[in-house]
Amino acid sequence: MVPISYYVVLSAVLFGLGVVGFVFKRNIITIFMAIELMLNAVNLAFVAFSRAYGQLQGQVFVFFVIVVAAAETAVGLAIIILISRNRQSLNVERVDLLKL
Amino acid sequence: MTVELALFFVLAAIAVAGALSLILQRHPIHSALSLIVVMVALAALYLLLGAEFIAAVQIIVYAGAIVVLFVLVIMLLNAGVEERTDLSRMARYVGLPLGILLLFLLAYWVAHAVPPRAAAVGAVPTRKLAMMLFQDFVFPFELTSILILVAILGALVLARKES
Repeated sequence: MVPISYYVVLSAVLFGLGVVGFVFKRNIITIFMAIELMLNAVNLAFVAFSRAYGQLQGQVFVFFVIVVAAAETAVGLAIIILISRNRQSLNVERVDLLKL
Repeated sequence: MTVELALFFVLAAIAVAGALSLILQRHPIHSALSLIVVMVALAALYLLLGAEFIAAVQIIVYAGAIVVLFVLVIMLLNAGVEERTDLSRMARYVGLPLGILLLFLLAYWVAHAVPPRAAAVGAVPTRKLAMMLFQDFVFPFELTSILILVAILGALVLARKES
């Protein structure tokens, strides 16, 4: 059997890579993909714990996370379309109205 | 038993390689395809954990719907290669070391906090999951339908052409 801590460490690594992508990427669509990566990493931890403790709530949570991620993607991509229409660019450095 | 462990390491390597590729690729369409690799590897890991329903939903919703939406928007906006701008000095000398420190601390805490117990319980049947979803969690389940409706309306209103 695979120890549950292996799954959790893999989840932490994927989450860390998502954070790195979120911070260092400049394309707003890729930043959005990094967010999806972080959500997936958390889902893996949920399923692993659900298996380890023999409880189903973890899988139900993953189901809800996936639903919310789908809704979030629909709204987020609409916002991205709006930004690119107004700014003619997908670079987050160009979206700086709130920057000092 | 060792077959399972080997399978886990192969799938974990594929997932991490896909995530790295997502970060390192310059073109968003390549990043989206790397994301599919991660999703499919994770779905296989869910199968390994005995969560068949979640694995199927992962493939159908994530790889089948969300990433397709990403690819559609990339093509719609004709997104090109990412232009690279310099990191600010603050980000390079403070942010980068702190980020790496966060990664190591996270891995350290997680590796020490979780008891290395093997997954003892067998696979849960999808039937039990359905019972729980539609009995104990039926109110949140109905709420998500409202959430989806609001999200659809919001996306329509936001992306509509102003005339």
